Amino acid sequence: MFVINCPYCGERDQQEFKAGGEAHIERPKQPTELSDDEWAEYLFMRKNIKGIQFERWNHAHGCRKWFNMVRDTSNDEIKLIYKMGERPPSE
Amino acid sequence: MPSNLRVKSSEFIDETIRISFKFNGKSYHGFKGDTLASALLANDVHLVGRSFKYHRPRGIMTAGSEEPNAIVQVNDKTNRTEPNVRATEVEIYEGLEASSQNCWPNVNFDIGGINNALSAFLPAGFYYKTFMWPASFWEKYEYFIRHSAGLGKSPTEKDPDIYDHRHVHCDVLVVGAGISGILAAKNAAKNNFKTLLVDEKNELGGATIYQNREFNIIEGLSSSDWIKKEIQELKHIKNLEIKTRTSVAAYHSYNYLLARENLTDHLEKKDKQGKIRQRLLKIRAKKVILSTGALERPLIFNNNDRPGIMLSSAVNKYADFYGVVSGKKNVFFTNNDSAYESALCLHNKGIKVEAIIDIRENSDSKIVKTVENAGIAIHWSHTIVDTKGYKRLNSISVMKLSNDGLSVTGNKIDISCDCLGVAGGWTPAVHLFTQSGGKLTFNESDKVFLPNKYPSDQLSVGSCNGDFKIKEIINNLSTNLKQFLKIEKTDFDNLSIESEEENSKRNIWLLPSDKSIGKTKPFVDYQNDATAKDIKLALREGFRSIEHVKRYTTTGMGTDQGKLGNMHALGIIADTAGVKMGELGTTTFRPPYTPLTFGTIVGRNVGEYFDIFRRTPMNDWHIENKAEFENVGQWKRAWYYPVNGESMHDAVQRESKAARESAGILDASTLGKIDIQGSDASEFLNRVYTNAWSKLGIGKCRYGLMLNEDGMVYDDGVTTRLGENHYLMTTTTGGAANVLGKLEDYLQTEWPELDVYLTSVTDHYATTSICGPNSKKILNKIIPDLDLSEESFPHMSFKNAQIGNIKCRIMRISFTGEHSYEINVQANYGKAIWEKCMEAGKEFNITPYGTETMHLLRAEKGFIIVGQDTDGTMTPIDLQMDWIVSKKKYDFIGKRSLYRSDTMKEERKQLVGLLTDDPNIVLEEGAQIVSKLNESPVNMLGHVTSSYYSPNLKKSIALAVVRSGKHMMGKKLFIPMENKNINVTVANPVFFDSENKRLNA
Repeated sequence: MFVINCPYCGERDQQEFKAGGEAHIERPKQPTELSDDEWAEYLFMRKNIKGIQFERWNHAHGCRKWFNMVRDTSNDEIKLIYKMGERPPSE
Repeated sequence: MPSNLRVKSSEFIDETIRISFKFNGKSYHGFKGDTLASALLANDVHLVGRSFKYHRPRGIMTAGSEEPNAIVQVNDKTNRTEPNVRATEVEIYEGLEASSQNCWPNVNFDIGGINNALSAFLPAGFYYKTFMWPASFWEKYEYFIRHSAGLGKSPTEKDPDIYDHRHVHCDVLVVGAGISGILAAKNAAKNNFKTLLVDEKNELGGATIYQNREFNIIEGLSSSDWIKKEIQELKHIKNLEIKTRTSVAAYHSYNYLLARENLTDHLEKKDKQGKIRQRLLKIRAKKVILSTGALERPLIFNNNDRPGIMLSSAVNKYADFYGVVSGKKNVFFTNNDSAYESALCLHNKGIKVEAIIDIRENSDSKIVKTVENAGIAIHWSHTIVDTKGYKRLNSISVMKLSNDGLSVTGNKIDISCDCLGVAGGWTPAVHLFTQSGGKLTFNESDKVFLPNKYPSDQLSVGSCNGDFKIKEIINNLSTNLKQFLKIEKTDFDNLSIESEEENSKRNIWLLPSDKSIGKTKPFVDYQNDATAKDIKLALREGFRSIEHVKRYTTTGMGTDQGKLGNMHALGIIADTAGVKMGELGTTTFRPPYTPLTFGTIVGRNVGEYFDIFRRTPMNDWHIENKAEFENVGQWKRAWYYPVNGESMHDAVQRESKAARESAGILDASTLGKIDIQGSDASEFLNRVYTNAWSKLGIGKCRYGLMLNEDGMVYDDGVTTRLGENHYLMTTTTGGAANVLGKLEDYLQTEWPELDVYLTSVTDHYATTSICGPNSKKILNKIIPDLDLSEESFPHMSFKNAQIGNIKCRIMRISFTGEHSYEINVQANYGKAIWEKCMEAGKEFNITPYGTETMHLLRAEKGFIIVGQDTDGTMTPIDLQMDWIVSKKKYDFIGKRSLYRSDTMKEERKQLVGLLTDDPNIVLEEGAQIVSKLNESPVNMLGHVTSSYYSPNLKKSIALAVVRSGKHMMGKKLFIPMENKNINVTVANPVFFDSENKRLNA
């Protein structure tokens, strides 16, 4: 059970949050122009990394805001939390 | 009670308070402070149970939570009965009844004991190997296996006790109140850390408090006197909370720990009533200090499991703490100096110690010299090769060890004894550390796994960190604690300490016997009857991974999780396979450290508190009118309203007819309602629904279908345009929260440029739906000045109105196909409006109907229910709802997926109607559909999703999903059931009023 530092509310218990899968997968602006394979890439393909993973989280039982999290999936260490729309750190 | 087994008046036992209890039906007594184990030993009862597989007699082995053998059923045949309780942890109270487990007819004569004689035929993996074939015989095998197995009986009555959960936050949590835990907690609290100290025992002080050692002197006091003084001081420290009888079960990431606080288990029945029995503490600690101590190891030798064979430290604790002697003729067997401390403890109390068998060649430590001087015989370089005594140890056989420790030589010496204290060294209790994700390192000289890499802000101190002697415990604690808490000094930086030095050890994981290994029984896991022989067999059969050997031999898989023997199992594997223990690793330590009751886990969430109920404002009316309810999500919805003892079928038939013939009324308050506002609201709806929204006039309603990005139907409902930039969306009852979440997700993450605000208003409005040919007249009676003409208030439109002072929104929308209105009012007026409708509708026989009738009426019309006729694999095209998918819109959620090769396949399952050839047969929902009978393998085309008997059509109707169903109109298909095959014909899913004439009737 993590303690998550919501960028809007501060530190809260993990049970207030919902995980939303991999971050920075942008919905294509022109889906109709994509091939089946390109659309499938957006729709289905997600990374499942042992190590540093970029994730979306939602403070579902709090402010309901979505934000991004960089988490090491091997030890659950949260490296960084930043708001939606902000650029991911380069490393 | 044989009084000579109580050696002294212990300060921890109150001999003025006699407590009587029963064990296996016989009455005994003990004193206040006794555990069941100590009281039984004081009554000279060693035989307390039978082992799991061979049903061998077993006795009390330890004095703590690591006990593998003495597990009992407490208060059998009562509503408070509990299986698998460790006798070493049960504090006795007046009226306690305990009994042995795993034996029949009784512990003294157990029929299963024959397994011991057959043990040669019951090797590791016996069950896996034997009961595999023929597969059809498994049911027969299972009957016998279940009857011969058994670790206690689970209670059959309702648990009368109350359980509780509590969240706890602290700066520093200290687990274990032995000497290092007490010092750590004291200094943390003194430095303004809000500190919580927990211990599984009732008494603080660990082993230090009762062991009176002439060799351990702190500040001129014996270590036990010194720790008592420290404990006294704890009471005056602010910031410090102490919880005893509190066992930490789990240590999760981010310093989140679960602990079970035992509040009434030690009380007699009358004092338990009305109190919380156990409380689960959910602890979030900024820092954690583990001072969980160490567990003494046994030694692995032939027949090392007889009643009377105990850990040396347990013999010591029973004598020093409980004032109970475990035997009259005591022998110790050791590989280090610990046994000498226990021997001396007995000797100083005047109890005879017959001999010490030591596998080492010698030791020159002070304590050994003292024991020698006391005249106790020491057999150096000797080992026990066998033991005798079926229900109680009566003698041991000893032989000289060879230099390499692999065999024995010389003559066999028999020593008569009734208690054998075994000391095989100490295993640091690193269970919680590894649960938290900590990595261990193997210390070759001490043969122990020690904490190495901390995953969170935590520290292991004392013997769980490999420090076993008081001087090194305190000195290392002082250094480490200052660093950990970032403090300048502790109040034990400069203590004068005299303690024994670290002594020599000799480690042999499996001690040799004069017999070959195949003819011996050296138990490694006492509870599961796994012997060294079994482990070697597993290795011979090719198992290499420690995790596989564990599962194959069941070593470490009992309720004690192998706290005693796991290290030996690892050692024997390492020795046999010729690998280093450090490379072998350990099996995974999993929570809970000691078993938890189900009551503790569920806490207050039982019975009506198991889950939250949501009730509509009209709920009381439904109850008064004898509605039956069904659960829809968390909602309690009126299901049907039986009159005069009607069956469900009869009630639904009557309600359905009434709704079509005159008027029906439904509580639709549970539908999800989302208020949507903002200058981009229309554009937003365009993107989330499959149909177009830009041209919807103000005051108009429209049905919408929402897809997932994969093109599958996700939710549906009617949305009303209340104003230029204001909509009210309705969702399915069960989908409301998820729809809001999904819409928020898109707004915040994909389309932040849209000016749209979403608010859930499900609970704010109550919705009464009236339908049927007379619904218009009823509404007219309630609001006479509202223009209900087709021109002013057509189907799919909305009006604001007022009933008395109550503002309402009225939508003319229909889920039944009848002319109908939905009246939305502020929730607290819901019941009043409902009653007004009932009153106004009386002359029209207005009939309340529940969800079942609603389902039937919509099925007659072929309207889908998301989640019943769809299952996350249906596109709108599959549902034959192509009409609602806009061809003009450039994009909406899920649009692109409708053109994937897979979603465009003609042979997908499609929604169709089914009519049975015999109109009286109602199909079972979920029934499979085939086109040919007696085909092998059966080619299943699909299944029935909705099925009812329609009173309005006087025949059975059904909706189904069928592969290529779209092209099967009029085709004959079959529904094979257990006893018959039902003939059906594929039909249009709209069974009733396909021209929608009734909407405007």
